[in-house]
Amino acid sequence: MSNKIHSTKFQDKVESNVFVMFVMLAIVLSVGGLVEIVPLFYLKGTMEHNKHPEIVWQRQEGQTLADWKPGDGVRPYTALELAVREVYIREGCYLCHSQMIRPFRDEDERYGHYSLASESMYDHPFQWGSKRTGPDLARVGGKYSDEWQRQHLIAPRSLVPESVMPNYPWLAKNMLDGENAVKTVAAMATLGVPYTADDYGADFSGAAAEVKGKTELDATVAYLQVLGTMVTFEEGVDYRE
Amino acid sequence: MEATEKYNFDVVRWFTIMAVVYLVVGTLVGVIIASQLAWPVLNFDIAELTFGRLRPLHTNAVIFAFGGCALMGTAFYTVQRTCGVPLWSNKLAWFAFFLWNFIIISAVVTLPLGLTQGKEYAELEWPLDILIAIAWLAYSFNFAMTIARRKTSHIYVSNWFFLGMMVMITYLHVVNSMAIPVSLFKSYSIFSGVQDAMIQWWWGHNAVGYYLTAGFLGIMYYFVPKQANRPVFSYRLSVIHFWALMFGYVWLGAHHLQYTALPDWTGSLGAAVSLAMIIPSWGGAVNGMMTLSGAWDKLRTDYVLRFLVMSLAFYAMSTFEGPVMSSKTVNALSHYTDWGIGHVHSGALGWVVMVSAGALYHMIMKLWNTEMYSDKLVNLHFWMATIGAVIYIVAMWVSGIMQGLMWRDYDAFGTLSYTFAESVAAMHPYYVMRAVGGIIFWLGGAVMLYNMIMTIRMASATRGVGAPARA
Repeated sequence: MSNKIHSTKFQDKVESNVFVMFVMLAIVLSVGGLVEIVPLFYLKGTMEHNKHPEIVWQRQEGQTLADWKPGDGVRPYTALELAVREVYIREGCYLCHSQMIRPFRDEDERYGHYSLASESMYDHPFQWGSKRTGPDLARVGGKYSDEWQRQHLIAPRSLVPESVMPNYPWLAKNMLDGENAVKTVAAMATLGVPYTADDYGADFSGAAAEVKGKTELDATVAYLQVLGTMVTFEEGVDYRE
Repeated sequence: MEATEKYNFDVVRWFTIMAVVYLVVGTLVGVIIASQLAWPVLNFDIAELTFGRLRPLHTNAVIFAFGGCALMGTAFYTVQRTCGVPLWSNKLAWFAFFLWNFIIISAVVTLPLGLTQGKEYAELEWPLDILIAIAWLAYSFNFAMTIARRKTSHIYVSNWFFLGMMVMITYLHVVNSMAIPVSLFKSYSIFSGVQDAMIQWWWGHNAVGYYLTAGFLGIMYYFVPKQANRPVFSYRLSVIHFWALMFGYVWLGAHHLQYTALPDWTGSLGAAVSLAMIIPSWGGAVNGMMTLSGAWDKLRTDYVLRFLVMSLAFYAMSTFEGPVMSSKTVNALSHYTDWGIGHVHSGALGWVVMVSAGALYHMIMKLWNTEMYSDKLVNLHFWMATIGAVIYIVAMWVSGIMQGLMWRDYDAFGTLSYTFAESVAAMHPYYVMRAVGGIIFWLGGAVMLYNMIMTIRMASATRGVGAPARA
């Protein structure tokens, strides 16, 4: 190879030294991510509850999760709901069902009010999904009876003949594990989800009692019924600019 | 034979073999899950075989098992050839080989058991995430150190792309996999909601952008000129599109989250950069295509070159389709539909598999110092892969656009025309068609596997050397 430089001197330098190339790449490759991700952690406009605090449950002194009523605002998941989020993730539900309604007329009519960022603030990991092989579930809570949900999970085509969803008969047989529930709530608390000592005790041991004797099916239905019911939306309020 | 002694090619041989094996396995799982969507009875009511558990296995098998072995094999081959030196450490290369394959086997066990972090393309649980990081760094460090010892004055363009991929995938994997363990096989992302979504798609799209694009462009830049026996068309174009691609691709992830609860500025920024990315993407496609100037007649006889050229055509097409889909108007329709699946597969089947197949055939002949057992079978594979991919993509275009239109359709009374279930029913013929396309593509891979085995057997039988005698 000749020593003639075909491009800029700088490019020539980069091309002839692997360390320089590595450093250049490390810098160039970091910019986009830093610009798009880091501000999401501090820009107030990202989370709607900074402007509309009523979206998040304003817990009074001494109130526990049991005192929360649908519509009171976004709250931490109960131990039972967390146990079932584990099932939801395990079965890969997020691969066919989104939990993210976009602000379009048809989605509003089909699924309900568009989703807010604050609504998934306690979702570790997020479950927005990327594909709707089945319908969106962000506001499925309360749309069907518990009995319908049970039957549908065990044998979807008995209720919706067109469905391509697998049957999940084993959910009715698997019992939830109390010890795992305690660990899961503890992990969420470590990540900053605001549980109080009144909810499950300082060591979260109360979580075990909540899931005791429940099947995965019971819990899944409970989780589906709470989805999208936490926030009361005011008519005419624009939550997202 | 001389080359065999000079370079560490045994490990490359094994990466080559495993890449072809995983191609067949990964696309087989794809065929199964595609069929499950057409005929749900195929879930068999067995937890480990349901769509939700096999789908991560499919994506992991094709991306990390097939793609990973193809990338590691070609990178270790290219870097030795272009630098004129053996690998910095042959032992470290074998370490990466065994660890990577151990991870793959672990994935085959853990994913059907439902052990997953629940983030697309990053499902593997935390102990495996740590092993992935170790294997990846072993591979990258060995590669960079081999370049550092090179005999040539400048670093060849393929190696720029491989290096870029290595740095970016390290960033992505480390940040996106940050999780708090609850038990040995369960952990939860430390991020939540909107931030977790952005980080996930920063990872998700850049796994495509760096692993499946930059890495495979590295393959293209070595194997296209080699197979065509022509120099790369334009050095300047390669410099410009390399840095533009490296800088630009990182921004695209946000376009997966348009109209969601992600702030509008982020999604729009992602979409704007996505549109601009058509230029560097096509820079690579043009550079590859133009390398064939004056050698187009070779396509008549050189079936391996056909794979490489077809891959560039698919690459150009899907990198045009991507920006179109990321524009807000189109995205409103295409998001959440099968169009996304179609787009991914035009890149995966058309670009990634085709360019790899071309490179792998080239390497098989060089590494075992032989011709292919059957050129006709190479040609057969080429046509099966092309036809299978086209059937797949067309099925998904039609079903995706149809879904999008049905969901938003209103009748004369101003009410929604279709229930969701009606849209599911309408997809059935296209899901069948997609499964058929997938089967053809998968059988093409099986033809390649057979051809490779016969070639290696033939080469070992005639000379008794050159074949990897030990595992």
